[in-house]
Amino acid sequence: MSIKDLSQLNDMHIDVLKEIGNIGAGNAATSLAQMMNRKIDMVAPAVRVLDIADADRALGGPETPVVAILVELHGDIRGIMMFVIGQKFAQTLLQGLLGEEKSDCLHLSDMEHSALSEIGNIMIGSYTAAIASLSNLEIKISVPAVTADMVGSLLTVPAAEMGSVSDKIIFIEDDFINSNDIITANMMLIPNLESLNKLMNSLGIAL
Amino acid sequence: MSELITIGISDMKVSVNPASFVTYALGSCVGICLYDACLKVGGLAHIMLPYFPKDNPNEQIHRYADTCLPRMIRAMEDLGCIRGRITAKIAGGAKMFDVADDSAFGSIGARNIAAVKETLNQLQVRIIAEDTGLNYGRTVYFYTENGEMVVKSFAQGTRSF
Repeated sequence: MSIKDLSQLNDMHIDVLKEIGNIGAGNAATSLAQMMNRKIDMVAPAVRVLDIADADRALGGPETPVVAILVELHGDIRGIMMFVIGQKFAQTLLQGLLGEEKSDCLHLSDMEHSALSEIGNIMIGSYTAAIASLSNLEIKISVPAVTADMVGSLLTVPAAEMGSVSDKIIFIEDDFINSNDIITANMMLIPNLESLNKLMNSLGIAL
Repeated sequence: MSELITIGISDMKVSVNPASFVTYALGSCVGICLYDACLKVGGLAHIMLPYFPKDNPNEQIHRYADTCLPRMIRAMEDLGCIRGRITAKIAGGAKMFDVADDSAFGSIGARNIAAVKETLNQLQVRIIAEDTGLNYGRTVYFYTENGEMVVKSFAQGTRSF
């Protein structure tokens, strides 16, 4: 039997996704620390399968301004991965990378745009590398697309784009600790179902 | 002041006056406001995809333009509306992401708008205002008092249609 809907994922599947989240976030924290030249710790990520509407709420309500960095996954796993960061995290990143104080992350300059695109590339790459190494599958990612807008308008795109039959997404929530600040990064994985089954099979936990 | 009725994703409601509807943060999704000015009866729908998948009959009717809109017209007719009087205002269907190496990515917004227009045309409902496409998110308010559609976005502020 195969999974037809993300809501069919059981605790064991979620545990595996958590482990992927753990490894991915660990890689990502290391990369972030190097780029920003400061110490960054992480807390174990929370992995949930959420309705888009609940993911909206988790991120502060549908009209909350965020920056989303989206890539398409190719190769053995097809789908979309999206990295969503709040204004505060975006400010911290731009401050660390470009040394600038940015109060409004809705209007990004070309330089800021490409800095955030690179961050997204590295963060998403950390997770896809974790998935690839655990599953022995090959995953390629597209050039990231960066958009700053209302979170609700961005979260529905991956599911719609893939003609998804459900409103559910895999939501990996990571808290990074940077000196005294806790900044939350949200990674969203929206695999096509064939790929999700392939992934679970190669991890030895088909439904 | 009437209560504000929230329309979620893949959702649709109609009501007699006085009623105010809102649907938050449309990206590639499309919001459709239908209105019968004589009776001041109106509704708002938030569709996510163009066409109902025939191979999956258990799907939600309101997720798809081609199944949601006929149902919406029927709900309005049940409240006494006359088909020939119903007009439409639509918003959304943006292309939220530009993926550099895949020009096909992001076409879902345009396909949603095309399906909404085709379905409304088949239902013989005129579109009298639209704020669609481009690349930004929109929140849509709709008022049965006067048939006004108000679109809010970070890119354009508040605009009335």
